[in-house]
Amino acid sequence: MLALAVIAGSAVVFPFLMRRVWGFMCDRLGPNRVGPQGLLQPFADGLKLFIKEDVTPSQAHKLLFLIAPAVALVTPMLTQVVIPFSDSYTIANLNIGLIYLVAVGAFSVLGILIAGWASNNKYSLVGGLRAAAQMISYEIPLILNIVLVALLTGSLSLNMIVEAQETVWFGAVQPLAFIIFIIAGVAELNRTPFDLPEAESELVSGYNTEYGGMRFAFFAALIEWGNVTVWAMAGSTLFLGGWRGPLFNSPVWLAVKVSIMALVIIWFFSTFPRLQIDQLMSFAWKVLIPLSLLNVAATSGFILIWPDNFLLPTAIFSWSSIALFIILFPSVIRKVLLRNRLRLLATRKMTTVISGTGKGGIRS
Amino acid sequence: MSVTDELTGPGKPSFHLEEMVLNMGPQHPSTHGVLRLVLHLDGELAVSVEPVLGYLHRGFEKLAENRTYLQYLAMLSRLDYLSGTFMEWSYVRSIETLMNIEVPKRAEYIRVIVSELNRIISHEVAIGDFMLNLGAVTPFFWVFRDREDVMDLLEMVTGQRMMYNYMRVGGVRWDLPEDFEAGCRKFLKEYPAKIDDYEQLITDNEIFISRTLGMGIIKPYEALDYGLSGPNARASGIDWDLRREVGYSVYPEFDFKVPLGQHGDCFDRYKCRIEEMRESVKIVEQALDALCGGPVNLKLPPMLRPPAGDIYRAVESPRGEYGVYLVSNGDLRPWRLKLRDPTFSAISMIPKLTAGNKIADLVAIVGSLDLLMGGVDR
Repeated sequence: MLALAVIAGSAVVFPFLMRRVWGFMCDRLGPNRVGPQGLLQPFADGLKLFIKEDVTPSQAHKLLFLIAPAVALVTPMLTQVVIPFSDSYTIANLNIGLIYLVAVGAFSVLGILIAGWASNNKYSLVGGLRAAAQMISYEIPLILNIVLVALLTGSLSLNMIVEAQETVWFGAVQPLAFIIFIIAGVAELNRTPFDLPEAESELVSGYNTEYGGMRFAFFAALIEWGNVTVWAMAGSTLFLGGWRGPLFNSPVWLAVKVSIMALVIIWFFSTFPRLQIDQLMSFAWKVLIPLSLLNVAATSGFILIWPDNFLLPTAIFSWSSIALFIILFPSVIRKVLLRNRLRLLATRKMTTVISGTGKGGIRS
Repeated sequence: MSVTDELTGPGKPSFHLEEMVLNMGPQHPSTHGVLRLVLHLDGELAVSVEPVLGYLHRGFEKLAENRTYLQYLAMLSRLDYLSGTFMEWSYVRSIETLMNIEVPKRAEYIRVIVSELNRIISHEVAIGDFMLNLGAVTPFFWVFRDREDVMDLLEMVTGQRMMYNYMRVGGVRWDLPEDFEAGCRKFLKEYPAKIDDYEQLITDNEIFISRTLGMGIIKPYEALDYGLSGPNARASGIDWDLRREVGYSVYPEFDFKVPLGQHGDCFDRYKCRIEEMRESVKIVEQALDALCGGPVNLKLPPMLRPPAGDIYRAVESPRGEYGVYLVSNGDLRPWRLKLRDPTFSAISMIPKLTAGNKIADLVAIVGSLDLLMGGVDR
C-alpha cells in the first residue's frame, strides 16, 4: 500500500511541480487556475483522463496492449520495497537489496517494449526499440556506479549503506560516480536530453502514441514519475545519505532529497535539446562505461591499499578527475570532439563570418 | 551496407526484411503545418524521403484573377502567415513598377520598419521551431515571449498581429501612431540582450552543437542549383541578399551587413538567422532616425488599371526571395499572377539532404530549413 501511495503521490506532485518550475524557466506562469496556485490541476487532469474513452486500436495485439501499462507499473512499485524510509522502517529489509534494486529495475524496459510492439503503430515500434537499446546500454554505467557504493560500504544492504554514510555522504566521497549515476539514470528514465523513446518531434509520442485515457495517464504520470521517484530514492539512499540529514533523521529528508533530484530532471528538461540515437549509444559505451570502469578500478585499488582509510584517497581521486574535466573541457576535449565531427571540413571557426558592406549598386 | 543487405542474399537465412514506409505528416508535431514526408525506413535510417505537398492549397493564384488589385491585397498576408508584409510588399512593388508610381519617402521608411520587425518575429519562430524539432522546449517559449513585444508594435501600426494588410499601392495604409517610435526604440534597446540570451541557451550548448554541426550540408553550387535563397543560401556562403543586390526601396541608404555561413550546415543556418535578427535591429534603428515627414500614401483612383504588360518584382523575405510575377492586360484584375515562394525551393532540397540520415537528423534538417507550408501550397 505504501508503495502505491508513494507512486500515486509522486504522480500527483511531480507533474505539477514540473509544469510550474518549467513555466518559471520559460518566464510564464504554468497552470495556476484550478485551486490555489493551481494545486488541484493534477486532480483535474487525472479526472479528465479517467473519464475518457478507453480506445484500443483495431489492429493492436489486444492482450499485450492492455497489460503493457500494468507491466510497466510493476517496476516502480517493486523497486522501492528495499528503500529504507528510516532506521526502523523498510518495507522489506533485504540483505541483497542492491542486487534486488538492479534486477527489478531492469524490468522497466519490458512494459515499454510491450507497449511499443503491441500498439501496431510504426512510431510506437521505433520508440519501443529505441527504449530497449537505450535502457539496456545505460543500465551498465548505472550498475557500475552502484557497484562502487557497494565497494565503499562493503555491504549490499541498503540499510547498511545508509548506516555507512553517517559521517560523510558518498556523493561527497565519489562525486564522479554520483554524476554518472545521474546521467545514466536520466537516460534510463527516458527523460530529456535522452528522451528518444518518446521524442515528440520525431515519433509523435513514441511508445505511448496509441494510448489514451487512463492508460495514457499510467504511462505519462504514474510510470514516468514513479520511475523518477524510485531512481531519486535510490540515488538519495546511495549517494546522499538517505533519510539521514542535518539536525534530525527522518523520512522528511528522503522526501526533500527526492524532490531535489526530481528538480534536476526538470532543470535538464527545460535546458537541453535531445541527443541523437547513435550519439546516445556512443556516449554510453565510449564515455560513461570506460569512466565508470576506471573509477571502479581506482576505488578498488584504494580499498586494497588502504583497507582502513580509503575514503580520503577515493575522494581526492574523484574530485580531481572532475576538476581535470572542467579544466580540460573548453580547451582540449571540445576541440577533439569538433575535429571528429568535422573530419570532412578543413577548418572551422565557431562564429559565422560576416561579410558584405550593406551598400550595393542598383541592379533590378 | 544496410541491415537488409547483410541479412539477405545468397547463402543467408531467408528472413523477410523490408523497408518500413512511414508517413510523417501531414499531421505531425514537427512538419510545420501540413508538410507530409513519406519516409522509407531501414531501422532508424531514412533510406529515401519524399515530400508531398498540397494539403494547404487554397488556389491563391487563381483567386487573384477574379479580384481587383486592391481586393487581392487582403489575401496576400495569408500566404506566408509569419511574414505577411513581404508578400504585400512584393505585390505592391510589382504594381507600382508597372504603373510607374513613385512612392513617398516616408512610406518607404515605414515599409522598411514594419518589414524588418516582421523579419525579426519570423526568424524567432524559425529558431523556436528548430529547437523544438531538436527536442529543446524552452527556447520555443522564450521566442514566443519576445515575439509578443514586436507583435504589439505591429498591432499598433497595422491593427493586426499577423495578417497585416498594411501595404497599399503607392504607400501604406496609415501613418505610424504617435507612441510607436518611443515603443519601438525601447524594444530595439532591449532586444539585443535577448538575442544574447538565446545564444547563451542554444549556441553554446554542447548537445546542440553536436546535433547541428556538419549536419545537412548544402554546398554552394547545390544551393544555386536548387534555387535556394535567403538565410538557407547565405549559410552556404552565397553572398546574395536582394536588399543589397537590388537595393529596392530605401535599403541602399542603410548600413547593414549580410551574415554569411561557411559550411551550409544546420548550425550555420541557425547562426545566420540569429545574426540577421541583429542586423534587422540595426536597420530599424537607422530607419527610425531617417524617418522624414510627408505623406504616407498617394491619391490613386480606387480602381487601379495597370497598363498591359508583365513584371516580376521580388523582395528579400525572411525565407528568401519572395517574388510576384504579374501579367496585366490593362483590366481591373490581373490576367495572371504567379507567386514565387522561397520555401518551395527549400522543400525540393529535402530528399537530397535527408536521405541516408536518421529520423532525428531528418527532423533537425527539416527544422533548420525554416519551412512554412502556407506559402508553398498557395
